[in-house]
Amino acid sequence: MSEVSKGPAAPASATQLEVTEVRRGMFGAGDSGDTSGYGGLVRPVVMPGPSARPYGSWFDDVVDILGEVLADGGLAFDDAVEKVVVDLHGAATADAPQAELTLYVRREHLVPVCQALRDDQDLRFELSLGVSGVHFPYETGRELHAVYHLVSVTHGRRLRLETVAPDEDPHLPSTVSVYPTNDWHERETYDFFGIVFDGHPALTRIEMPDDWVGHPQRKDYPLGGIPVEYKGATIPPPDTRRSYS
Amino acid sequence: MSATASVPHATLPADDGLAATVRAFEAYGDGDWDDIAREAVGEERIVVNMGPQHPSTHGVLRLMLEIDGETVTEARAGIGYLHTGIEKNMEFRTWTQGTTFCTRMDYVAPFFQEAGFCLATERLLGITDDVPERASVIRVLMMELNRITSHLVCLGTGGNEMGATTVMTVGFTAREEILRLFEAVTGLRMNHAYIRPGGVAVDVPEGFTAQARDALENVRHYLGQLGDLMLANPIFKARLTDVGALNLAGCMALGITGPVLRSTGLPYDVRKAAPYCGYETYEFDVPTGTGADCYTRAVLRLEECYQSLRIVEQALARLDATAGAPVMVADRKIAWPAQLAVGADGQGNSLEHIKKIMGTSMEALIHHFKLVTEGFRVPAGQAWQTVEHPRGELGVHVVSDGGTRPYRAHFRDPSFNNLQAVSVMCEGGQVADVVVAVASLDPVLGGVDR
Repeated sequence: MSEVSKGPAAPASATQLEVTEVRRGMFGAGDSGDTSGYGGLVRPVVMPGPSARPYGSWFDDVVDILGEVLADGGLAFDDAVEKVVVDLHGAATADAPQAELTLYVRREHLVPVCQALRDDQDLRFELSLGVSGVHFPYETGRELHAVYHLVSVTHGRRLRLETVAPDEDPHLPSTVSVYPTNDWHERETYDFFGIVFDGHPALTRIEMPDDWVGHPQRKDYPLGGIPVEYKGATIPPPDTRRSYS
Repeated sequence: MSATASVPHATLPADDGLAATVRAFEAYGDGDWDDIAREAVGEERIVVNMGPQHPSTHGVLRLMLEIDGETVTEARAGIGYLHTGIEKNMEFRTWTQGTTFCTRMDYVAPFFQEAGFCLATERLLGITDDVPERASVIRVLMMELNRITSHLVCLGTGGNEMGATTVMTVGFTAREEILRLFEAVTGLRMNHAYIRPGGVAVDVPEGFTAQARDALENVRHYLGQLGDLMLANPIFKARLTDVGALNLAGCMALGITGPVLRSTGLPYDVRKAAPYCGYETYEFDVPTGTGADCYTRAVLRLEECYQSLRIVEQALARLDATAGAPVMVADRKIAWPAQLAVGADGQGNSLEHIKKIMGTSMEALIHHFKLVTEGFRVPAGQAWQTVEHPRGELGVHVVSDGGTRPYRAHFRDPSFNNLQAVSVMCEGGQVADVVVAVASLDPVLGGVDR
């Protein structure tokens, strides 16, 4: 599901779209007849795809140095990092403060990549600002994403690592050995998404009670809520209201 | 209801069928507390449960202390008692409604969540450079005033916990001056939802800068009083100096930012390191200390209040210079058309605007209705924005699927992260030092648990 443009007719140079989901219709209702005319609407959810070199700003330097450091440790850059994404966020060049660099790291190589990013003097991403999970239930085989936000105080740079795990095998290596601060953040991500961080010193729930069933921020977990009566009318709970897919 | 009974649901009624699957917790029974206490049986140590209702835990922080006499040999923090699912709820509202939710996370510093969320949303929309200058000035003004109120709460309650009630009353009196300013601008003393994607909800009222200058004079007076009461006070110094120490290496490992990090001497401040809202154009210093203890942190917080006053004065001058300029992006697909005004009921849209959309332009009415109920679409992708929160670096991670609601909104709350340092700061100290050490971290549990 991650690449729809793949086909015999597509040239090798064609951009691969990162489709995470395809939605049909509008208003979030699929259980009644289409009276709106929007029922035939098809909208793929396309995330930004891999960027081509040059990335601009200091991004090329960091990627190059990381490649060298990983190669010194016997790890090829392309094996560890599946793609590099630059989000310009409306800016003309990557020099703008809103431009962001994301490295998609294969999960088995996450810890060595973090170690290299933290320890090499030209990278020196010494401060981790934690982990956040994202659930893409329709991205088959890549349902669970964990995003790591790193800061280099030394060089004044910010970088994002993203790694994915399938729902059938929701395991990621723990980064606590490199960034001790990720301890609670990984517990939070486990609590809310059910991602198991292997090697974490004490992976228990942190926000929800210990005996809670389910992982509340997954997309298949209902929001909950009850209808509320207000001035004679009944307002449905938020997750059953009209939505614009 | 029975069709969904097997689905984990927060609001399902409990029935006998569920009873068998749910583990019972009783005060003397099988709970996790019992496990901890049982571990300690037969040894000369006591396990004390401090909180979640203890007044010095700033809300509902639970500390599990293992003590040997008066010495703390092990300290663990338990959180989650105030988890309200704000991040999950934000996935079911429009981007504009998101500010109404995230403002309630750290309720002592609401403007920082609003600003962080809106800046992240603006990144995704690609309108970072289109936000009007006056809107950024107002954001900076509100954030810096909010920084002062937050630090005043920290210093005031911290003093109160040590028995210095006067510190608390002076701190809260000063805070009241600024809360009146918030009320004048946003209509509310907290939970403002004032900063919106694209700008701010409404311009500051007429005569606001004069009112603010008067109030700030009083605030400066109270800050002087606080300094006189605390900084040279021998009891205060004895209680705080060399207590709750955490050095630079410890801070970096545990991801501690804000005044706690700066008390180790590293001048790391997001306003300088990665400026937003035009902070690079303001003149201010980042105070640092080298004591790495609770006393240094208290001094730094007081000093930061004075630096915030400096920024506020510059912002007020800019407000005077830009009077009448727009406070919302020009894009009519993002900015609400509403012209807010104070009506007979104390709030609402201006009468002229309602007359126009109801009487003369059906298209304007439809546009207004669609924009408010459906919201605007945000291009698919993700953005990360951090702002310098009074307690450290607040990070906002938003993911959009191209729809009208956030696909995911995550807040890296500094209090949540900083509480990891409780054990390092408290172990080996006295029980009474725990109160001081926790107060120097300044956790706000609304932000911790979200």
